Amino acid sequence: MAILRIHGLTHQYSIGTPFQNTAIEGIDFSIEPGQFVGLIGHTGSGKSTLIQHLNGLLAPTAGTVYYEGNDIFASKASVRAVKFQVGLVFQYPEYQLFEETVYQDIAFGPKNQKLDAEEIDRRVRDAARFVGVGEELFDKSPLDLSGGQKRRVAIAGVIAMRPGVLVLDEPTAGLDPEARESLFANIESYRKETGSTVVLVTHSMDDIARIADRLIVMNAGHVVMDGTPEEVFSRAEELEAIGLTVPAPTKIAMELKRLGVPITDAVYTTGFLRKAILKLAGRGE
Amino acid sequence: MLKDITLGQYFPGDSVVHRLDPRVKLVWVVFYIAALFQATGLASYGVMVLVTAGCVGLSHVPPKALVKGLKPILIIIVLTAVLNLFYTVGTPVVQIWKLTITYEGIARAFFMVIRIVMLICGTFLLTYTTAPVALTDGLELLLGPLKKLRVPVHEMSMMMSMALRFIPTLIEETDKIMSAQKARGADFESGNLLQRAKALLPILVPLFVSAFRRADELAVAMESRCYHGGEGRTRMKQLKFAGADYAALALGVLLVAGMIGLRVMGL
Repeated sequence: MAILRIHGLTHQYSIGTPFQNTAIEGIDFSIEPGQFVGLIGHTGSGKSTLIQHLNGLLAPTAGTVYYEGNDIFASKASVRAVKFQVGLVFQYPEYQLFEETVYQDIAFGPKNQKLDAEEIDRRVRDAARFVGVGEELFDKSPLDLSGGQKRRVAIAGVIAMRPGVLVLDEPTAGLDPEARESLFANIESYRKETGSTVVLVTHSMDDIARIADRLIVMNAGHVVMDGTPEEVFSRAEELEAIGLTVPAPTKIAMELKRLGVPITDAVYTTGFLRKAILKLAGRGE
Repeated sequence: MLKDITLGQYFPGDSVVHRLDPRVKLVWVVFYIAALFQATGLASYGVMVLVTAGCVGLSHVPPKALVKGLKPILIIIVLTAVLNLFYTVGTPVVQIWKLTITYEGIARAFFMVIRIVMLICGTFLLTYTTAPVALTDGLELLLGPLKKLRVPVHEMSMMMSMALRFIPTLIEETDKIMSAQKARGADFESGNLLQRAKALLPILVPLFVSAFRRADELAVAMESRCYHGGEGRTRMKQLKFAGADYAALALGVLLVAGMIGLRVMGL
């Protein structure tokens, strides 16, 4: 059974004022347990609005969201419960840190779940390990950490709730390439170890092409493409038409095609590009 | 929820009222309030209602927006009406238990409500039709003579424009932080007063931190563009009086004079 099912989801802001606008309209899709979904789209395409419905922060104007088959908007209790089932990490999550120590801040979510101290402790340590925050930082003030470390602590604060689905909105925005790389590696190993479902909103096409097993592309409030990275990036021209970039290897392949080189495969990682070129050269691996 | 707060929100437009010099509009609001407080009777309140309606009409601001602005002070309006209704001494009209409603009370409550509503509408019209920057510029120029008395007029108006500028930013920020903490299961809606006050901590701490960070960044940004206070500073947009501005000022004077006249006549 799908872990998340979104049905006919529509959201309008400022209904009844001159500023009324439809952010998303008639969104339908399901996410299977364990999937790694990349959600991509231009700024203002409705990604952020969409993900805030997944944990019940925004109530839909029409349509609904099901978590493991249950309507999350059925009651006040279910809207609250889904916060722990679908963990949402906002953009620049380091700005939400507030506790005196790193440990307490990571423990904020589990505490709200009313768990006992022992369980909270276990979860805090696990979460910190997943994001690569050493225990020697536990007693420090989160405000004294570096930007990258703050980001990790904030993400740990959500992971510590042990959500079935982890949703991250641009988790690597503003990080240097090295920090970005290692954060993506952390997220990947977190998913492998816990088997949890991950939805990742990003602009970084090269990274998402490498790690996601499904891509959902949004444009102007609608889902315009939904498939494996291979399927999505084989429609590179369409992606560029809605203002999205494509991974660098795809760009090279497109350029080669334009020059008359008969590349037929969908190319979206360096590995694929290498294979395709070797094939053209008449050589296997 | 927080986004619904209309705090001197500017409605961009190109009406006669929008184009008036901000200094004229500021002075006009002073005239308008002065005139409003001269009103005592049906005729004079009638004139003020017509003037207000006329200004709103000329400004092309949707009346709905003004009504929305009145919402936050609804309690004050109702309270004023009720207190005036029951506590004015005069000829009794109705008597319920110990409460007496007098003829004078009804009239007074009615006029007080109109006065408050028009006061709010008039001042809101100013902020609805004048961009915050123009408003503070106008204020600075109007208060310019005080510089001779070493009142830091420029610094004050600069602080005011910054404060105005950051209200929407802070509201947006609060919204974001609230969402982020809610996503971690923070509960702002249940519990007793103490618990609710405690629940605000996860919002207030990050909000203060970011407000200080923003202030720091702004100061650096200003200094790196050589800002050093008001001395010798020129403006990009020079304010100049046009024909409409003189006409508006004349009308303002006329309004106050007329209202004083009506008051003397006891209308």
